[in-house]
Amino acid sequence: MKFAYYPGCSMDSTSVAYDESVNAVCEELGITLTEIEDWNCCGATETTALNQVAAHALVARNLALVPAEADQVVAPCSACFLNLKKTNKLLAEEAGLKGKVDEALAAGDLSLEPGRLTIRHLVDVIHDDIGQEKLVEKCGKPLAGLRIAPYTGCQLVRPYNEDDDGEQPKKLGTVLGWLGATIVDFPLRAACCGGHMNMISEAQSNELIRRLLHNATQWEADVIACLCPMCQLNLDAYQGRVNSAFGTSFKIPVLFFTQLIGYAFGLDNAKLGINREIVPAAAVLAEKVTGEWPKKAKRKKRDPKALPMPGQA
Amino acid sequence: MNHAVATNPFMEEVVKCTVHGDRLHSCLQCGSCGGSCPNGPDMEYSPRAIFALIAAGERDKVLRSNTQWVCVSCYSCTVRCPKEIPITDIMYTLKRKAVAAGTARDGDAVALARKFNQYIQKYGRSFEFGLASRYYMTRRPGSLLGQAPFGLKMLRSGRLHLKPKKIKNLTQLRAIIDKAHEIGGEL
Repeated sequence: MKFAYYPGCSMDSTSVAYDESVNAVCEELGITLTEIEDWNCCGATETTALNQVAAHALVARNLALVPAEADQVVAPCSACFLNLKKTNKLLAEEAGLKGKVDEALAAGDLSLEPGRLTIRHLVDVIHDDIGQEKLVEKCGKPLAGLRIAPYTGCQLVRPYNEDDDGEQPKKLGTVLGWLGATIVDFPLRAACCGGHMNMISEAQSNELIRRLLHNATQWEADVIACLCPMCQLNLDAYQGRVNSAFGTSFKIPVLFFTQLIGYAFGLDNAKLGINREIVPAAAVLAEKVTGEWPKKAKRKKRDPKALPMPGQA
Repeated sequence: MNHAVATNPFMEEVVKCTVHGDRLHSCLQCGSCGGSCPNGPDMEYSPRAIFALIAAGERDKVLRSNTQWVCVSCYSCTVRCPKEIPITDIMYTLKRKAVAAGTARDGDAVALARKFNQYIQKYGRSFEFGLASRYYMTRRPGSLLGQAPFGLKMLRSGRLHLKPKKIKNLTQLRAIIDKAHEIGGEL
């Protein structure tokens, strides 16, 4: 399985653990990710706030650099995924915008056929293309005993992703559930972590993070699973800041979903970047994960005297 | 559009600068946007109120408000809007208009956006250490010392680089960005 790969700026800095675990897991699963040569920043939410044409042109350069033989681009970051998908889609829909972006691209001797590429997130690839059977086959250490809050966040599922639900996305939890983990309800699973608000307004950023940590804790999650560098950074690195701001005592590890998949495959913590997190996860994983497949709960026999269920004669 | 729409030059400006912006004409004033917004309570005007102000031609009030700067681009409003108005993208348009008009309210958000784009122009990549230290040095100097252990922890775990990464073909990237600036950045 081969894809063009757009890692995004966070992968070799704040999210180096994501990078390490993506590489380790993809190697196990036979997914070949070929980095787009000389890719540049996608502009996050900052470029379009100042210049709309530049924002699309930044992304368009990356798409234009994808070799002709590739037709799918994988991004591991939700913000990058959204920007790539947005430019790819809007340039195909809006001739006026395309004209201006083409003009900017031409200044760098590049051109782009918008809509040619399919933009995908890694979780979609693992859920749709790899699937349950292959994951279970690789799973040497099932995650039974571990309660996971599946935190999909906002920009992966809104507004252009037709592949998952924008309000209550399922794929992240499904994938980790296949590996034996208990997936808690976590109603805020698609709420926003605040993104770059952490460097704009401490008060607003803290409040958005607090809600997520509180919700995951309410559902008695042992760990929070993320699929976006921004989400992981906010929930993990700023957990202490939230605790001092609100007098709370959250201490919940926040891991990338690929770290959890790798852990279930029995890979070494070091290979998965486990221990790079600020709130330590290794001890929690060691304590909770049984490494056995969860026993199927026996179906209780119905009490013959119980009231009939709907649809029963 | 088969019914008369109350409009004004400011509204048309916002519509013109936003992809699918014409849907703004069909706003029902239902308030789903503000109700969906994680930061709604911190906004001076909810998105619904902003759209009413736009429809009333209140350019100055809109461009001086904090609303667009509190938006975190989570697109919750956008997917819930029954009229499919690209609300998040309209917030981006209002950010650009406010910066152009010199009425941008939130210094931190504008400063971050400027710095972020300078790094892209300079290196082709984002530079998180530079961004974070700028924020604490210029905006929260008092808390700088308090952040030191945290920064050290991030450095020790290999999650912060003191030096930015650079792309190879910066000449090409800069030519593209310069051209976009020459074109003007709006639709």
